[in-house]
Amino acid sequence: MSNIPAELKYADSHEWVRDDGDGIVTIGISDHAQDLLGDLVHVDLPEVGAGFTAGDEIAVVESVKAASDVYSPIAGEVVEVNEELEDSPELVNTDPYGDGWLFKLKVEDMGEVDSLLDAEGYEAALDDE
Amino acid sequence: MTNKTVLHAKHLESGAKMVDFHGWEMPIRYGSQIEEHQAVRENVGMFDVSHMTVVDVKGSDATAYLQKLLANDVAKLKEQGKALYSGMLNEQGGVIDDLIVYYFAANDYRLVVNSATREKDLAWLSQVTAGFDVTLNERADLAMIAVQGPKAPEVVAGLLSQTQQNLIANMKPFYGVQAGELFIATTGYTGEAGYEILLENELAAEFWQKLLDAGVVPCGLGARDTLRLEAGMNLYGQDMDESISPLAANMGWTIAWQPEDRDFIGRAALTEYKNKQTEKLVGVVMTEKGVLRSGSKVRCAAGEGIITSGTFSPTLGHSIAFARVPVDAGDELEVEMRKKWVTVSVVKPAFVRHGKKIF
Repeated sequence: MSNIPAELKYADSHEWVRDDGDGIVTIGISDHAQDLLGDLVHVDLPEVGAGFTAGDEIAVVESVKAASDVYSPIAGEVVEVNEELEDSPELVNTDPYGDGWLFKLKVEDMGEVDSLLDAEGYEAALDDE
Repeated sequence: MTNKTVLHAKHLESGAKMVDFHGWEMPIRYGSQIEEHQAVRENVGMFDVSHMTVVDVKGSDATAYLQKLLANDVAKLKEQGKALYSGMLNEQGGVIDDLIVYYFAANDYRLVVNSATREKDLAWLSQVTAGFDVTLNERADLAMIAVQGPKAPEVVAGLLSQTQQNLIANMKPFYGVQAGELFIATTGYTGEAGYEILLENELAAEFWQKLLDAGVVPCGLGARDTLRLEAGMNLYGQDMDESISPLAANMGWTIAWQPEDRDFIGRAALTEYKNKQTEKLVGVVMTEKGVLRSGSKVRCAAGEGIITSGTFSPTLGHSIAFARVPVDAGDELEVEMRKKWVTVSVVKPAFVRHGKKIF
């Protein structure tokens, strides 16, 4: 079954969020999401400095099979994007929670992170799909 | 109810992700679809194509029957085992299916047709037999494994007896021969060397395992689609169907117009269409980011069209597609991609052969 690390938070639209401290979070897509998409061939990442609110389309991941929007699980400003993905989008498939991260946000309200699903809640959401 | 091939359990053993493919539960991929694709381009991979329909056609009128049934002419087949690709048309000149026919003797042929069209194909094949001395025999007892890639000849030879090896040693492309328990054909859907091998259902799992043990990479329908599209091969139901003329599906080369008195089904409608052809199938290349997808709208000065098949080409590293467009379309088209129009270039509808770019 798909891998759902206990230390991360999740959105039911299949993004994961890791609290890096100092109001910065790293965001990617879950192992379940990458497995559904299959081999990624392009990743469109946001501009550094751009601001988003929760639920905004913030990135696009495109596989051989389909293109899929990635939504910002929380509000924040983009402080860094994973430039490795430009040449190696497959990192999202091979290491979705590590080298396949998508972008980092500076978060306004860490309370938004707390209100996301925990691993158990995300697993339950997957079971309902 | 979904059908399963006799290799179903082998797919699950290899960790396949299974999907419903026109009523058949088939592997879409085992791991990475792109790695499966590359295995076929650079080494050797295999596909379970047992869902395809095999029909043996026998009888004193078998040749006359097939000359009526098919747009291509089986009279071209003179050597035993020689195969021919053809469309099977309706009276309106649309494509009921595309198929391969093998010639064994004037009263003995074998057809391999698509699985998605099995029911209507069998009904049509049967309907056309009226007035001909032929019998049709669907070979549901046979499984089919396609072994494809530059290393396929070497790997398959290693699993054959000396007698079997001798039978296929100098076989040219598009021939088939019964070699002991295996019917081995130099055909495929990838643009690489390789074989399509028919064998009794009971023998299939063991043969599949021998291929696995010899290092052949199992490949799913996902890689099959990217390989055939790179190779410039049509997929029935996407690139042509009953409403599409073979002339508008890059199948003009499969129509045998000579002799003029051969009255194959669809000939009259096809002749009429030929004189006022409105559409053609072209290749499309897009080197920027994004993937062309089947169903996307296309436009150019000559009018509108549609992407019939589109994908990311793992060999080329960018998107490729087939598009059905007005016959006067030029070297550039615009394609609607996620709400914007992108300019793409037009090429002949074939992209990769034997691992190399060919446009």
